[in-house]
Amino acid sequence: MGTKVRMRVWRGDGGAGGLVDYEVEVNEGEVVLDVLHRLQATQAGDLAVRWNCKAGKCGSCSMEINGRPRLACMTRMSLFDPADAITITPMRTFPVIRDLVTDVSFNYEKARQIPSFTPDPSVGLGEFRMQQVDVERSQEFRKCIECFLCQNVCHVIRDHPENMPAYAGPRFLMRIAELEMHPADTADRRAIAQDEFGLGLCNITKCCTEVCPEGIHITDNALIPMKERVMSRKYDPVVWLGGKIARRPRRDTPKVPGGRA
Amino acid sequence: MTDIDEAAQVARLPYDVVVIGAGGSGLRAAIEARMAGKRTAIISKSLFGKAHTVMAEGGCAAAMGNVNPHDNWMVHFRDTMRGGKFLNNWRMAELHAKEAPERVWELEAWGAVFDRTGDGKISQRNFGGHTYPRLAHVGDRTGLEMIRTLQQKVVALQQEDAVRLGDPEAMIKVFAETTITRLLKDGGKIAGAFGYVRETGGFVVFEAPAVVLATGGIGKVFKVTSNSWEYTGDGHALALLAGATLLNMEFVQFHPTHMVWPPSVRGLLVTESVRGDGGVLRNSEGRRYMFDYVPDVFRAQYAETEEEADRWYTDPDNNRRPPELLPRDEVARANNAEVKAGRGSPHGGVYLDIASRLPAAEILRRLPSMYHQFKELADVDITKEPMEVGPAQHYVMGGVEVDADTGASVVPGLFAAGEVSGGMHGSNRLGGNSLSDLLVFGRRAGLGAAEYVDSLAGGRPAVTDEAIAAAAGEALAPLRRMSGENPYTVHGEVQEVMSGLVGIIRREDEIKTALAELERLRERAASVRAEGGLAYNPGWHLALDLRNIMLIAECVALAALERTESRGGHTREDFPEMSPEWRRINLICSLDGGRVRLRRQEMPPMREDLLALFDRAELKKYMTDEELPPAAEPADGEGTH
Ligand SMILES: Cc1cc2nc3c(=O)[nH]c(=O)nc-3n(C[C@H](O)[C@H](O)[C@H](O)COP(=O)(O)OP(=O)(O)OC[C@H]3O[C@@H](n4cnc5c(N)ncnc54)[C@H](O)[C@@H]3O)c2cc1C
Ligand code: SF4
Ligand code: SF4
Ligand code: FES
Repeated sequence: MGTKVRMRVWRGDGGAGGLVDYEVEVNEGEVVLDVLHRLQATQAGDLAVRWNCKAGKCGSCSMEINGRPRLACMTRMSLFDPADAITITPMRTFPVIRDLVTDVSFNYEKARQIPSFTPDPSVGLGEFRMQQVDVERSQEFRKCIECFLCQNVCHVIRDHPENMPAYAGPRFLMRIAELEMHPADTADRRAIAQDEFGLGLCNITKCCTEVCPEGIHITDNALIPMKERVMSRKYDPVVWLGGKIARRPRRDTPKVPGGRA
Repeated sequence: MTDIDEAAQVARLPYDVVVIGAGGSGLRAAIEARMAGKRTAIISKSLFGKAHTVMAEGGCAAAMGNVNPHDNWMVHFRDTMRGGKFLNNWRMAELHAKEAPERVWELEAWGAVFDRTGDGKISQRNFGGHTYPRLAHVGDRTGLEMIRTLQQKVVALQQEDAVRLGDPEAMIKVFAETTITRLLKDGGKIAGAFGYVRETGGFVVFEAPAVVLATGGIGKVFKVTSNSWEYTGDGHALALLAGATLLNMEFVQFHPTHMVWPPSVRGLLVTESVRGDGGVLRNSEGRRYMFDYVPDVFRAQYAETEEEADRWYTDPDNNRRPPELLPRDEVARANNAEVKAGRGSPHGGVYLDIASRLPAAEILRRLPSMYHQFKELADVDITKEPMEVGPAQHYVMGGVEVDADTGASVVPGLFAAGEVSGGMHGSNRLGGNSLSDLLVFGRRAGLGAAEYVDSLAGGRPAVTDEAIAAAAGEALAPLRRMSGENPYTVHGEVQEVMSGLVGIIRREDEIKTALAELERLRERAASVRAEGGLAYNPGWHLALDLRNIMLIAECVALAALERTESRGGHTREDFPEMSPEWRRINLICSLDGGRVRLRRQEMPPMREDLLALFDRAELKKYMTDEELPPAAEPADGEGTH
């Protein structure tokens, strides 16, 4: 039934490794993850691949397919010319654990530095009232499945690990934007977005938006508006305070300490 | 490394409460344990935030009454009992219906951003078996919202600890990509858990007097399933192996609508929201056949004509519900029957049509992931053509027998919550009742575990080196064997047996054949060989999961053979009727000398005030005469809908 295709899969751990050639069967309608699973079941029982839902919902199976960052479970084999070999490599920005699996702990560390949702403590359970139009922006960002493909592709840290301590990456700059745009949040993360999380390093190339499997407009809807908010705070704090003073505390919310455990 | 000396080298991590599982129930349990001041570990086979809960689409059921003010906990309780065909642990169904709204509001206070009603409250949608719009939701990605919110709440607690104690992980820590293979005991009590770290293959021991199982379901026992690789019944098996009991494992939910084509996505869920939002099922002749499949017990609540059914979407108070929204077991059986009768679609499914029912823009707004899923994976545009769908394994109602209020199993120190626990959903779960179950009973199990730890005072159970050595020896066995079968082959055969012979429709002779096959497979499973080394080796992991898969397959088959009636997620072709005598019987699995034992256990009678929430006439359809309340008017003035 199936046809054969050539797959060149990166195998190895830590620093050492290289591409290994395989010939595998492919059937109609299959995605790259199906073929990797067939490799595991028939030729390479110990091939390390991270996956979970096989439905594009969990963001586990991120890798680079012919050099493009993608979810293996949502990449159909019919996309490729059967005559050409398909090259599969791990995400480049993160250290390889083994084969196609990378160490993404950088992302979890950044997540823990961003001050959490801070509602007004006087609002009781079930008493939040928010209009659909007002939550839609935050909802768009909350579609994020944390595949970290945008983190992987952003040139600020891709091949520049030295920038990692000072830069949260698109996923987490967007998390800041999400909280700032949440109608019931009272913290102010604009100063730290710029000073601690490196919003200024982003030069809006939109590479992150291009690879986002959820189609989130990271650059246009999160990063650029966030940059605007940061500017407005810098140059016109009085105007801003006038508008927000009723709800927001006067102070900038500080970054959470104790990043790495 | 069966050596005791080497066992002494294994890292021992002391905690108060260890939660196995980072889905909705596990995270909610861990949050509660940490808020009760307990040092808590969360262990998960996958990365933080990726557990199966992330896949839930439709919503989370809670009688908040935001859309229809008639809704309240009593209506929700009744719907849940009806959906489960009255076999539910009624105390769990009661707690669930009462506490779900508060649990959902709590999520909102932790940052969840649900879809809103016109007056700014949390919006609620219709779902099968629910009388009123009841499911809090975010488009069709509610599970993602829930898991991300709980994940972010864990992070918020860690941030508090970073400020307060100087270490974010002082009180609550996540051990991702770590798999527990054994629970450890001291005498009769839980003393900890043993596992391996996926990344290195190194072993770890968690020393803790209380363990909460929150490991989810058993989908990978079957061939066609909406569940991911994590669902190998680990928690069910760990509980059995530790001396706990499993309840009603014959009740397996086959959800009616999954993708059937192309083969690589067979089993991918098509959310019930499609039907809740107006989608209808048709056969190859174009007939809307669900009207032909309304069973007697539900006749009064469902529309008899297409016209009435269609009016219900806009005027639910004066019309009855469309039969597409019957509980899942009914719809799954109907779909199955249509295909068997030769009225299926080209790829062995039936048609689910939303295209002719809603404008394209509305479909895109309400069901974005469904649109995406069909477009990307099957080249089908659901705003223009019907979907081809069929049933697949989706959920297991059976699970660890627990105390409703605390989640405690029969083993001191062992708790369970979420899909791994049993009883709440009876013989069939209503859509949306799982996400709320995770919150209600996750919290209760976390609290139960914390209180249990307090009750021990200083005297904590201890983990011995012998126990660690035995667990390590068991884990290493597949790697040490010089020869043996490939674990993938054996797993595939177990799945064939279970799907083919103990699937959606069951018969005595087939189940017996399955048990004989499983007996043969047991030996093969026990001697599989994994190639490669310790680090991130999926073949080895599957070899270890096989023990659990085999145990659970046997439990399901034994219980399915024993229960000679049809009810909810258990359909016996040779015993098609529902029996009031069987309604009072729970089937309990335990382990005895390594073999599964099955026994019957009578269900405690429902509390009178709960019984009074139903019409006597309705109860009569389910219960024996002696169980019925004396013939009088129901106490609840509202009656039933
Ligand atoms: C596609 C799909 C859609 C669904 N939609 C809905 C819906 O709309 N509404 C609804 O109410 N329900 C829905 N459900 C059901 C619901 O999502 C699940 O029942 C529920 O999420 C289970 O949650 P849980 O906390 O019990 O377990 P899970 O979320 O599955 O988490 C299990 C956790 O246990 C861990 N684990 C397992 N074994 C081990 C081990 N040995 N060692 C360490 N960790 C382990 C896993 O890594 C994971 O972290 C859906 C299910 C599916 C499959
Ligand atoms: S737009 Fe900004 S965040 Fe996105 S890839 Fe470009 S530099 Fe990175
Ligand atoms: S924003 Fe998009 S690309 Fe980035 S992590 Fe989230 S889903 Fe992935
Ligand atoms: S496996 Fe979940 S996104 Fe690919």
